[in-house]
Formats: sequence, structure tokens, C-alpha cells
Amino acid sequence: MNSLAQPMKWEKYFWPIFAALLFLALWHLSVKWSATKIFPSPLDVERGTAELISKGLLLRYVGDSLRRVASGFLIGAALGIPLGLLLGWYPEAAFVVNPTIQMLRPISPIAWIPVSIVWFGVGDLAAIYLIFLASFFPIVVASMNAVRNVPSMYRRAGRNFGLSPAKLIAKVVFPASLPQIIVGLRIALGIAWLVVVAAEMTAIDSGVGYLVIDSRNSGKRYDLVVAAMILIGVIGLALDTIFRRIEKLKSVRWGFRHES
Amino acid sequence: MIFTRDGDQVRVLDNVSLDVGEGEFVCLLGPSGCGKSTLLNVIAGFISPTQGQVRIGGEAVRGPDPRRIFVFQERGVFPWLTVEGNIGFGLSKLPKTERAHRIAHYIKLVGLLGFEKAYPQELSGGMKQRLEVARALAVNPDMLFLDEPFGALDSITRLIMRGELLRIWEAERKTIIFVTHDIEEAIQLADRVVVMSSRPAKIQGIVNIDIDHPRDISSRRYLELRDGIFEQIGLAHKV
Repeated sequence: MNSLAQPMKWEKYFWPIFAALLFLALWHLSVKWSATKIFPSPLDVERGTAELISKGLLLRYVGDSLRRVASGFLIGAALGIPLGLLLGWYPEAAFVVNPTIQMLRPISPIAWIPVSIVWFGVGDLAAIYLIFLASFFPIVVASMNAVRNVPSMYRRAGRNFGLSPAKLIAKVVFPASLPQIIVGLRIALGIAWLVVVAAEMTAIDSGVGYLVIDSRNSGKRYDLVVAAMILIGVIGLALDTIFRRIEKLKSVRWGFRHES
Repeated sequence: MIFTRDGDQVRVLDNVSLDVGEGEFVCLLGPSGCGKSTLLNVIAGFISPTQGQVRIGGEAVRGPDPRRIFVFQERGVFPWLTVEGNIGFGLSKLPKTERAHRIAHYIKLVGLLGFEKAYPQELSGGMKQRLEVARALAVNPDMLFLDEPFGALDSITRLIMRGELLRIWEAERKTIIFVTHDIEEAIQLADRVVVMSSRPAKIQGIVNIDIDHPRDISSRRYLELRDGIFEQIGLAHKV
């Protein structure tokens, strides 16, 4: 098979599954050969997962985490996209506000945990606030840069057809920047998912992050720890897949490199 | 129309004065970077002149206007809209049926039937260019400004597009100002060719193309006119 040939249909699924199984086998054998008493084998993890499902914890925790991510992320997008569009459209405003944003942006949301607990107490609100912070800055910056990168030709064409500034933003600038905004949203959601786990390990007592830390603290159940870790990975992948789907929509697809 | 411009200490246009009649097809011809695009942008109202002014129908130009549409190279079509969406872009104030009617009319005029729901990325360069012309015509402007519209197309498509543009011009009789650096293109299309010198651009001469359409591009008169323009630019017509 040369590199130009289309992979066969079965090959598209076979090789990735093969690699995953190989990984599981290596994991299993490493646990067996090292005779570790602490680290679980894939089978232990599978039993642990089944236990979590039967207790009804799994669905509840996943639901809690997703709800927090959704709330924080949506608030971040609802405030971040308009602010980013505005800052991109009015360079004078960006000149004034941008240094502050760029200074706040590199502060890890994790570092905000103590402050958010003081403000919101241990609970949902503190976690949602952290997710909001985690998604807000990447969204603002992506939207701002997206507007700046809109080719001047589109803006001029819009003006030529007699659009008012408000219409110009709605009908030209926003759709022209949408692909880059979607990239920003996708990055933000990835970060939000990282942060929710960290937040739940400290600031709250439910959710997948809490499952990780609680399984360790109450009885060193490393099978449950690893089960929770895998769950986090799978959900993260699923969230990313949603955005990959959105990127394929025809009205934004032009902005992405995957031609043909 | 009189306009003079110096921007950023660079004198781009110097003492340019030109009258264009209604329904006329005028080509601005000059070497790349001579300032002919700048002149077109000034006429369209995207750039305001440092000195002088542009008057259209007795009215001074203060900015871009839907009565005068600028056509960029095919890259000016909106990639997030379908063919229909692009053509209908300037028609949002029209009632729905009238809008649909206009869209259908111009899709047919520029030969994009069957591509109504297609996105620009699915079209060829020539089709995108026709789409942009259709979007411009749909708002029923008095004038069209075309800035090297066929520059990015291959030579065969370019030739076909010239024919299409003339066909559309004869059907709609808009005033067209067309910027090009291609001598043959100018002579094939224009009623008058405005030959411009290098920066700062001045009008070196205006050549009347007194051949009827369709033009025979190997006729004596055509070759005479072409050689005349070659001489004006200071090029020997030998390679």
C-alpha cells in the first residue's frame, strides 16, 4: 500500500482499535509483571467502573461536571464573544483594555480557587466561576483577533452595499470571523474541561474531579481513580468531537484548512 | 472629474482629470503599482483625495454608495454565503418575492443556474468572479468599478469572461470603469482606454477604440490601436 492509496474501510477502524488494545495489553502485563498492589489492571478498572455505575454515582457525577462546564462555558461565550468583537472592531478600546486582559489571561484558573471559594463558598457557583474564567479569556482573545483578521475587502464590500456599522458587524464581520471564533471556543472548552476536574478536586464535593480525589482519600481505591481518569478522557474527546462537527458546517468550513 | 492625491509623502496621482460619460466602458491602463487602483478607489469613495474631488452626476462623492459597486478580484465574494445569499446580499430591503425574482434573474444572467445553493469554495475562479459581478448588478447600480477582476484567472477563462462581461454590459448598459495592466484586455473591452504613466500617475493619453463589438482581434485597426498604445507606453512591440 502506498501513501496515496485510500485506506480500506476496515483499516480506518482496525488500526486505531488495534493500537488501543495493544496499549491495554501492555498496561495489563506491566501490572502483572511488576506485581504492584496499588496500581490497578485494566480488568480491575472495568470492575470499578461497573461498581460506580451500579451505585448510580457515575451518571450523577458526570451530569454534575457537565452542567458546571456548560454553565461556565456558556456565560464565558455569551460575554466573551461580544466583548471580543467590540475590541476587535474598535482598536482604541483594545488599546485601553488589552494590557489588563493580557495580564489576567496567563493566571491559571486554578490559582483563582481560593478567591472563588471566598466569594462563592464551596459549591457549584465557585466551580462555575472558575470555568467561566477558564473559557472567557481564550474566547475574548480569539474573537478579537478574528475580527482583526477579517480581510478589509469584505468590510469594504459591506460598506459598498450601504450597511450601517451595526449591520456591518452582524452581516459581515461576525460571519467572517466565525471560523476563528469557533477555534477559540473549542480551545476554551478543552481548557474548561481541564479546569472543572481541578476545581472539583478542591472546591466541591461532587463531579468527576471529586470522584478522583475521593476515591483516593477514602480507602485508596486506585481502580476507581483510574476509572474516573478514563472517563474524563472519554468525555473530553466527546466534547472535542462536537466542535469538529461544527467546523464541518458549510457556512464556516471555508475558514478551515481541511479542503476537499 | 478632477482629483489629485498625495498620501504618505508619496505622490500617487498627479493632476489627473477625466470625464466619463453615462453608459460608457472606460479602461484605466497602466503598469502595476502606477496608482490606477488608487484612482479607482478614490472614484469609488473608499479613499478621499488630498486635493481635488470626484463628482458623479453633479454630486461630490463622499464615500462608498450602493449606486456604485466595486468589484474586487473573485476574492470579494462572501465565503459564508451561498450563491443565492451572495447575490441577495444587497437586497435585504426588498420584499421577499421581488428579492427572489432578482436573484433568479442574475443567476441566469451570469450562467450560474444549478449552483444556487453552492458555496463559493465549491466554485471555480471564473464562477466566483461571475458571482461577484452578479452580486454587484443585483442592486441595480448606475456604475461598476472593476479592479483587475480577471487578474487571477487563467488566460482561457479570462478571454471567456471578457466576452461575458461585454454581453452583460450590452444587456444592462452600466457605466463601467475597469482597471487593468493588460493592453489587449483594454482594447478588447473599452470604448476608451486611459493610458496612465508610472507613479505619480498622470494621464498619458486617451485612446478611442473605434471598433464595433464583437471585435476582430486580428483586424488591421485593432493592431494599429494596439501598436499605438504600445508606443505611448514606450514599449517596442517585440519580445
